[in-house]
Amino acid sequence: MDWRQLWDIASAPDNVPIVGLMPLLAFYIYLGWKQARATDALIGELETSPAMAKTHHRKTWPFRPGWQKEVHVWPFLLRIEFLAAIIVTIVLMIWSITLNAPLEEPANPNLTMNPAKAPWYFLGLQEMLVYFDPWIAGVVMPTLIIIGLMVIPYIDTNPLGSGYYTWKQRKFAIGTFLFGFIILWVAMIIIGTFIRGPGWQWFWPGQTWDHNRLIYEVNRDLPDLFGITSNLAKAIFGAVIVGGYYLLGGFILHALFRRYNPKDYQRMSLLQYSIMMFFLLTMVALPLKMLLRLAWHIKYVWITPWFNV
Amino acid sequence: MAEENQNGKNGNRVSLLQRVKAGMKEDVESLKTDLPAKAKEQIDGLKDPTKTQVYTSIFRHKHDDTPRNRALGVLSNVFLHLHPAKINRDAVRYSYTWGMGGITFYLFIVLTFTGVLLMFYYHPSKIQAFRDVLYLEHDVPFGKLLRNMHRWAAHLMVIAVWLHMFRVFLTGSYKKPREFNWNVGVILLVLTLLLSFTGYLLPDDQLGFWAVTVGTNMARATPLLGHEGPFGPLLHMTPYNDVRFGLLGGSIVDANALLRSYIWHCIGIPIVASIFMIVHFWRVRKDGGISGPAPVMLASEVKEKR
Ligand code: HEM
Repeated sequence: MDWRQLWDIASAPDNVPIVGLMPLLAFYIYLGWKQARATDALIGELETSPAMAKTHHRKTWPFRPGWQKEVHVWPFLLRIEFLAAIIVTIVLMIWSITLNAPLEEPANPNLTMNPAKAPWYFLGLQEMLVYFDPWIAGVVMPTLIIIGLMVIPYIDTNPLGSGYYTWKQRKFAIGTFLFGFIILWVAMIIIGTFIRGPGWQWFWPGQTWDHNRLIYEVNRDLPDLFGITSNLAKAIFGAVIVGGYYLLGGFILHALFRRYNPKDYQRMSLLQYSIMMFFLLTMVALPLKMLLRLAWHIKYVWITPWFNV
Repeated sequence: MAEENQNGKNGNRVSLLQRVKAGMKEDVESLKTDLPAKAKEQIDGLKDPTKTQVYTSIFRHKHDDTPRNRALGVLSNVFLHLHPAKINRDAVRYSYTWGMGGITFYLFIVLTFTGVLLMFYYHPSKIQAFRDVLYLEHDVPFGKLLRNMHRWAAHLMVIAVWLHMFRVFLTGSYKKPREFNWNVGVILLVLTLLLSFTGYLLPDDQLGFWAVTVGTNMARATPLLGHEGPFGPLLHMTPYNDVRFGLLGGSIVDANALLRSYIWHCIGIPIVASIFMIVHFWRVRKDGGISGPAPVMLASEVKEKR
């Protein structure tokens, strides 16, 4: 266990934000989860007792008749905002006094940094470079992430759970978002920051970075495993595999979705449904491709003269 | 009398001199009595400055603690009027919004302020940039603190935006009627990341240089528009005319890239982001204020469209 190495990584000034992000995220997940549980308990009660559903004010916080439903922004909100601004300023001051922003040697195109890492918030995409060609990891994925986020309000047809924390009423939506945000985004950033060392190789936390380490990895392409040699056959084979994944995967997801989310399924238009399916399948494809690579050293699935997937 | 005087008949004619004397006496008298009285009145007035014209021209309402004045305090202030006068009693609970949107905005202000100060010391040229940062760190009073605050506020802002988006998602606040504002938010998220990224190159050190090199190398592979991307060569893309060239102003990260970064970072993106923020805040109000905490809705109460 090389504590020194671990400390060097964790205390690199530009990595400190990620070290800070992890407990913050844990705290806010807890905060959201706690409130969701309370709301879900209330929902359960109201569902079993229609009489209560008629009279209850339907929030988890106490309320008595006679209490005002609204409060003045001044002072009740503004004092919190001013306090928050002061606290943020103090935190920022202390952070800035105790930790210096990094400044390396002057830029030198002839002296490659190893590892050369993007800023931490893009490390998830850089990690994807291991499994995908740059045009996918660097261009297609960011575009899909942006579009995917933008379509969320238009494909989530579930009218429940607007304006309060809940798990019970939105299992599918919240589960999917957590998968995308925590696993596919934050976890990849953490791998990129703490695990990737020189040559973008995998070093466990606490393992010494060996700048001369070479890994003899023989990567194969999927068509090779099937003994396909001609270019045309490879292209067709890949198209069939990828198309097959979307068709078969789509079918499985469809079977699950209409069973477990029948109401949403009914509410969704064909367009909404196919957009959702496309994004879901694409999201699920990432860990699958990673698995192919890590477990069977498979580099490409689909090889064409113009692009490889 | 005037007539008689004019006619010059049997009048006790008052000499001009006497008239002037009497007039002046009156003037002096008035100086003695009126002036102190006025002065006293006005000094008394100053004891209550809220009655002065200057004051009433600035503050347009009274400040005694009445509900009306509390509301007016918010509504008649340009900086506060984005807020409504009153809000849902539970919406002020920190646990609901986590305050992350507000904190993001506050950090943006901090960044603008520290950023402008940094601009006083920084030249976006290959010769000067790195030295300017050294100069800031070692010679400019509080220069190091300034640079540190700008750097860490930027990182914090990225984290705050993510957490803000996370809570908006968890509370389902993107649902009708807030779909559009969620989209404005997504654009703000992208702009925030771009702001951070364009700033990374400015110190012109190894860290920024290689981060931006790695980042923009991906642009080479843009389908159709990059010289190493799928179908790029078919469209006659070369390192000297593809998107990466456009981003960097050259085929390598060099002086032009530094200048472009600088302009995007200090002028272009901040302006665009400010505009989107204005729209964002406006829409929060127009969409009915903060989404909750709303009364829970039960599955049995959903009215299905037929
Ligand atoms: C520069 C970045 C941003 C700033 C300064 C900002 C600021 C704010 C503020 C001050 C609010 C009021 C409520 C609160 O504080 O939570 C708000 C609400 C909202 N924001 Fe943002 N935001 C930003 C980015 C985003 C992003 C990335 C998203 C989503 C992708 C988003 C979506 C929303 C939505 C839907 C609301 C309404 C929430 C509700 O009614 O509960 N915003 N934003």
